[in-house]
Amino acid sequence: MLTALLIFLPLIASVVVLTAKPFLSKFISFAVALAELVISLFIAFRFDKTQALQFQLDQPWISSLGINFSVGIDGISLLLVLLTTVLMPGIILSSFRDSSKPPSFYSLVLLMQSALIGVFTATDGFLFYLFWEIALIPVYFICLVWGEENRGKITLKFFIYTLTGSLFMLVALIYLYFKTPGSHTFAIQALYDAGRSLDASHQALVFAALFLAFAIKMPVFPFHTWQPDTYTVAPVEGTMLLSGIMLKMGIYGVIRWLIPIVPLAVKNWGWLAILLSVTGIVYASCIAIVQKDFKRLIAYSSIAHVGLISAGLFTLTAIGMQGAIIQMLSHGFVVFGLFYVVEIISDRTKTRELSELGGIRNVAPLLSTVFMIIMLGSVALPLTSGFVGEFLLINSLVQYKLWVGIVAGLTIILGAVYMLRTFQKSMSGETNSVTALVTDLSYYERLVLFPIVILVILIGIYPGPLLAISEAAVKNLLSLYPDVTVSIKLR
Amino acid sequence: MSYSLMICLIPILPLLGFAFIALSGKRLVRGFATLIGCGTVFVSFVFSVVLFVKLLNGAQPFQVTMFNWISAGNFSSSISFLIDPLSSLMLLIITGVGFLIHVYSVGYMHDDAGYNRFFSYLNLFVFFMLLLVMGSNYLLMFVGWEGVGLCSYLLIGFWFKNQDYNYAANKAFIMNRIGDLGLIIGVILIFVHFGSINYADVFPKAASISTSVLTLITILLFVGAMGKSAQIPLYTWLPDAMAGPTPVSALIHAATMVTAGVYMVARNNILYSLSPMALELVLVIGLITALFAATIALAQNDIKKVLAYSTVSQLGLMFVALGVGAYASGIFHMATHAFFKALLFLGAGSVIHALQGEQDIRKMGGLRKYISITYITFLIGVLAISGIPPFAGFFSKDEILANAFAQSPTAWALAVITSLLTAFYMFRLLFLTFFGKTRASDEVIHHIHESPGTMTMPLIVLAILSAVGGFMGIPELFGGNNWIGEFLTPVFSQSIELKTEHHLSNTTEYILMGTIVVFTLIMIALAFARYVTKAHVPAAEGSELSAAHKTIYNKYYVDEIYDTIVIKPLFWFSKLLDIVIEKSGIDKVVNLLGESVNDWSRIFRRVQNGHLGYYIFVMVVGVILVIAFSYTR
Repeated sequence: MLTALLIFLPLIASVVVLTAKPFLSKFISFAVALAELVISLFIAFRFDKTQALQFQLDQPWISSLGINFSVGIDGISLLLVLLTTVLMPGIILSSFRDSSKPPSFYSLVLLMQSALIGVFTATDGFLFYLFWEIALIPVYFICLVWGEENRGKITLKFFIYTLTGSLFMLVALIYLYFKTPGSHTFAIQALYDAGRSLDASHQALVFAALFLAFAIKMPVFPFHTWQPDTYTVAPVEGTMLLSGIMLKMGIYGVIRWLIPIVPLAVKNWGWLAILLSVTGIVYASCIAIVQKDFKRLIAYSSIAHVGLISAGLFTLTAIGMQGAIIQMLSHGFVVFGLFYVVEIISDRTKTRELSELGGIRNVAPLLSTVFMIIMLGSVALPLTSGFVGEFLLINSLVQYKLWVGIVAGLTIILGAVYMLRTFQKSMSGETNSVTALVTDLSYYERLVLFPIVILVILIGIYPGPLLAISEAAVKNLLSLYPDVTVSIKLR
Repeated sequence: MSYSLMICLIPILPLLGFAFIALSGKRLVRGFATLIGCGTVFVSFVFSVVLFVKLLNGAQPFQVTMFNWISAGNFSSSISFLIDPLSSLMLLIITGVGFLIHVYSVGYMHDDAGYNRFFSYLNLFVFFMLLLVMGSNYLLMFVGWEGVGLCSYLLIGFWFKNQDYNYAANKAFIMNRIGDLGLIIGVILIFVHFGSINYADVFPKAASISTSVLTLITILLFVGAMGKSAQIPLYTWLPDAMAGPTPVSALIHAATMVTAGVYMVARNNILYSLSPMALELVLVIGLITALFAATIALAQNDIKKVLAYSTVSQLGLMFVALGVGAYASGIFHMATHAFFKALLFLGAGSVIHALQGEQDIRKMGGLRKYISITYITFLIGVLAISGIPPFAGFFSKDEILANAFAQSPTAWALAVITSLLTAFYMFRLLFLTFFGKTRASDEVIHHIHESPGTMTMPLIVLAILSAVGGFMGIPELFGGNNWIGEFLTPVFSQSIELKTEHHLSNTTEYILMGTIVVFTLIMIALAFARYVTKAHVPAAEGSELSAAHKTIYNKYYVDEIYDTIVIKPLFWFSKLLDIVIEKSGIDKVVNLLGESVNDWSRIFRRVQNGHLGYYIFVMVVGVILVIAFSYTR
């Protein structure tokens, strides 16, 4: 029931908010987001680490088509639900500085939260697809209505691109549905069995369709070209939603729906996914180095980081999977913080051109310190959240193939190159006419950023509990691949 | 107090100091920041002494586990500390020299607006440095390793308004990260092959692992050392790192952080001893670096730059020691170097302080009469680094040279040349700074004053250590028992068993030692003749230099070469990716795909044009086709 509550509370609230006064709508949505956080923390508290799926609800919905409203939470879901519920209050709070946001904005944000939690908890194929598509709608409108210039064309491209990907997924899911025995069902276990009963070539087709959908969402190179433009023109709340939470839908999809359904194809074709992902790490990092726009730079850095996560997943090792899962959380917090810092700076200076900034450290030391700490999380300095995942992921890739690990590890160097350059250009040096009047963090901004900073450090120092949460689920998942032996090839 | 608690507190105290000073920021009065900053390190020092004495009295190494840090799949690592003779000695140097430099900073940074920030960074540095040497597994060492890199970055760019300093800071961090990639891959391979990253599990198993694997691992680890300990080809960040405040140069870029690579190789001695190729590489890189940096130091005119290149060179010598398998000698030299190089840097800082920020030795001279404490202590430092008996550097350097001679006379010869060059450029520095006529402006001369007690006191302590520090390793030749070698034996026992001892005869040793000392004295005399008797002053900026002079003055143009072959190509490549592949490649294809859908739909749109006649026509064609189709079956 708690899971359903997590989904329906924001859904109902999103309708209620529409009828409320603008002033009230802010606070209602913030209160709902906080309530969600409390509920999810309660779930985490009650969660049994040794068990897989918990907090299940299974209600017949469209029985004639074998569709059930069935949801549940295992370790992997729980962490993503927590990511969502932790970031949501921050996203809502960060919109408070701007009094012009109408109730419809908050309604869309709440709808988004409902859909995201739905995606992360659905255990029915149709339900998953439904939430997956619903999630696209609010963020599309948020970007379209409150974005910057040129947003029309860019958001449309984003919409069509991701929608195309999802259609492949829909086709794959329907195909699997018809492979289920009897009167057919979308239940996750049945789809798993259906997928696994396919021969290698059919699994490969399903793999291709699902991978395309998820790869576009993350995005993985070379399906990423919608991302930098969209992140750049979207309003900051939209960028945070997209980068902080929504891209994890793609990664989650791989874990929950791709790897268990077509294990044979994953074994045969996983190398291709790893190849693309690792290429993306270097490719996006290099492009980030030469970006002039602060926000666009962070967008590319996100592609690089996601590339590492996705590559680690396909090594099919426990280290890689657990690394990927904890890195999803870390990436969510870090990228959220980075985009917010960008917003704070561009809001005050009216520019995001790095060449025009500089010396902010002199006038806003707190902002600069916060940026520094989040940046350290981004470059994966030990004792920040970024290190735990990055180490485990690179570890898994070295085990996969030494040279792949080394190429992926280039992120250690390139990440430092572009982030340090960004810090230097924006924060260090003498202040100029553009940055002279930058004020330090306001009360609201501290409220948003301090928890992020604390999380970045806390997860870095004591990641144990989070790793423990995902352990059972990952073990469960990998039991599908008993014969994956890690071969080490030196030279 | 239990020893476990004490061990945990050693790194935690400076961390708390950092947190306290950093969180209270400017609200904290300076006196209090000083008290916390210096106090925490001092208490850690006291604890370190207690543990050291305990070990000295024959206690077994201590191991303390705080908590399980990262565990996933079959990987597991914890925050746990190991105090054995090696780490205990490192603790003494870090907290002892560290404390002295903290005290010195009270005077040196007195007028700086970022006083509190400075102390918070220093404390953070001490914390990470302690983690590095106390960690009982590779990952914790890596935490310290990267952490000290961060602090180095923060402190090089301490005066962040100057973008040149920020470039130097970025350069240091990024170059170190190149090394770090090698190190972390090496650590991962250790995990893969040994199934654990705890020293206690890895070392006993080393002999059972194939040599090729060990060679790969040790070379990767050494790449990390090249970055952190500024060896060729990753050394160019260290001279630039002199942009940081001088106490930072003394603590981080001379006494402690840059020796992390030496510590790491010594810690992994058994792995290196089992892979002769890696050991050879360490030796060769060390030798080349030592000689190369020493020649550059001959022609530098910035007091701190000379010391920086000298540090690179001395670190090279330490790697020479490690490379010939004389691990204890490497650590011995590291210890004495920590004393005299910290002393020299702090002395340089005192000079710079006296001359209101002047660092160019061409504008110094004759300072002997104005700042006599600085002069005398600096002189002791110079004597120590030049290897004049009985100062500290003499014993440690001699031990390295003797070991090198036993292994390879070529290596010995190159190391001796380095050592002679060192004597020359150090005395050049001394003479140009303290002897002859004062070349500073009258305005500056008028303001010259000896530094305050907080600065001279550490100088005096370090001078004493530099004078007598060598006695911890008096060779058997002089009737000593090489205490430090004995003390460290448990750490290197596995390697010692592997090593075939070449014992030099006493006569050979005496001859070698005597020759070197004589030649060193000749070098000093040459320097005296040139810079004191003839009062030669290095050419001013922009004047004509001979080709060779110009090359070393410009540091062999290595920075320019790196810029041309690495940095610029990286930017071009990135631009190429951005403009050609990204914008006109992938994105174009995606858009074309989208447009082609549009085009197709334009064709299909014609199907629905609203003309009734057309629809009827199509229907008729369809019916005919259906009928035709059904007949053909």
